[in-house]
Amino acid sequence: MAFLIAPAAIALVAALLAAAISIVDKIVNNYGEVDISINDGKKVIKMDGGDTLLSSLASQEIFIPSACGGRGTCGACKCKVTSDVGPHLPTETPYMSKEELSDNIRLSCQVKIKADIELEIPDELFNIKKYKSKISSIRDVTHDIKEVTFDLQGEEINFQAGKYVQLVVPPHNKVKGYTQRAYSMASRPEDKNLVQLLIRLVPGGIATTWVHTSLNEGDEVELVGPFGDFFRSETDATMICIAGGSGMAPFKSILYDMLDKGETDREVWYFFGARTSKDMFYLEDMRELEKKWPNFHFVAALSEPEEGSSWDGETGLITDVLDTFLKTKIDPEKTREGYLCGSPGMIDACNNVLSKNKIAPDKIYYDKF
Amino acid sequence: MMVPDINPIVLLFASIFTSNILLANFLGMCSFISISKDMTSANGLGLAVTVVLTITSMLNWVLLKFVIIPLDITYLRYILFIIVIAATVQILEMIIDRVSPALYMSLGIFLPLITVNCAILGVALFMQIRNYNFVQTVFFSFGSGIGWWLAIMALAAINKKIQKAPVSAALSGPGITLITIGFMAMAFIGFSGMLNVQ
Repeated sequence: MAFLIAPAAIALVAALLAAAISIVDKIVNNYGEVDISINDGKKVIKMDGGDTLLSSLASQEIFIPSACGGRGTCGACKCKVTSDVGPHLPTETPYMSKEELSDNIRLSCQVKIKADIELEIPDELFNIKKYKSKISSIRDVTHDIKEVTFDLQGEEINFQAGKYVQLVVPPHNKVKGYTQRAYSMASRPEDKNLVQLLIRLVPGGIATTWVHTSLNEGDEVELVGPFGDFFRSETDATMICIAGGSGMAPFKSILYDMLDKGETDREVWYFFGARTSKDMFYLEDMRELEKKWPNFHFVAALSEPEEGSSWDGETGLITDVLDTFLKTKIDPEKTREGYLCGSPGMIDACNNVLSKNKIAPDKIYYDKF
Repeated sequence: MMVPDINPIVLLFASIFTSNILLANFLGMCSFISISKDMTSANGLGLAVTVVLTITSMLNWVLLKFVIIPLDITYLRYILFIIVIAATVQILEMIIDRVSPALYMSLGIFLPLITVNCAILGVALFMQIRNYNFVQTVFFSFGSGIGWWLAIMALAAINKKIQKAPVSAALSGPGITLITIGFMAMAFIGFSGMLNVQ
């Protein structure tokens, strides 16, 4: 039995230490009930302290936008804390500007609630809800983009075209814990009972792989939203929209919304770039839209059209096509606004082209993903 | 084995100067090199190491005398010492967070690093090999912590000077730091004649 002494001794010591840790944790991390006062006491929540601000608020159905789900890597969950919660943490400072630091803007996923706390969040966040939806259809629009329609099962979502929702990815296979990923809504704000997302397969992506391989029609999925500040300005400036791949989503929503609301006097140029005709989609819908709406112009460009294909649209990089159109076809006398949605690389490149053609930086709006 | 006949006070000074844990034994080098770029962080880490070193050595001494030696499982001391160190750091982190958020802020990111600081385990093993009694262990570990703190502050101060006198690109960063540490170690040898204890 002598051989049992060693493992028993280690197990015992480890157990004692573990017990000590959990006892200290119970005593030290017990903050009792705290008051969370939002927007000067407009809403006061009583709950147990000790958890982060982001998850405490989420448990009370108040959803601060967060793309990374609370790991402190996206910097999206900013909110203004007006009571003292200690200085900024090293995990917060990289995401803060000088003004934000002096305003005590915090990352809500990093701030732990230890005492009564007062904070300010935009009123519209009260609008954000968690929706239990059922997938009503999944359709391949290209070889790597799926158009997924979620039925909100009787609930209604009110949003401005261009906003996004977060898809809640439950634990599956090797992914432990819940993950959230943001996707722009492609559906029209008129259709309050459904949400449509365009999801492109990203190799190695947790959410996109899950959507592409595990999701089926009829599955129940949770969505949180609406979030975002990417929507059209209320002016009559010419809109220059540029997108690639699943960046189509917010524009589809915005364009149909404009048509629904009769804003067809406004001139809109929509540049959509893809590599090959395999990556091109919604062509017919957009041509249809052009017919109904004379001031709307859809410019699709392929950067690498296949040999001998029947492609009759523009060819070349979307930046070159954009440059040519800005110089020759789009009236420079009228105010122009840029709307960009796509990969960071594409957005930076198009941003350059727009600035070179004298579109003011504060008139360029974008949604990077 | 006999308890060595050394006055704890002598042991305290010996562990700070003549047998400095860093510059004589070269233990705890990783964080020494990486966190010595500015004085504030170096100060925080030095403080944290000193506190953790003193507390864990005391706990490990008790563990050694009342569990490891009676059960004759000395060969397991590495594992046992390390889990004591890890658990102590965890508990300390939670308590500091609650009691003094300001201190937690300055130490916060360094505390978990200390778990893997070789100086901490090194002191526990020296304490066992040299068969110190409890009081000697306390003075020895506290002195070692202070010595480590002193050395990292000195290095941080030197690094600050080096920034004003840039070295060639090939030597900048860890290269010049290692050379500096070498010089510091030589300087500390100057103390060695004053006290001679093991």
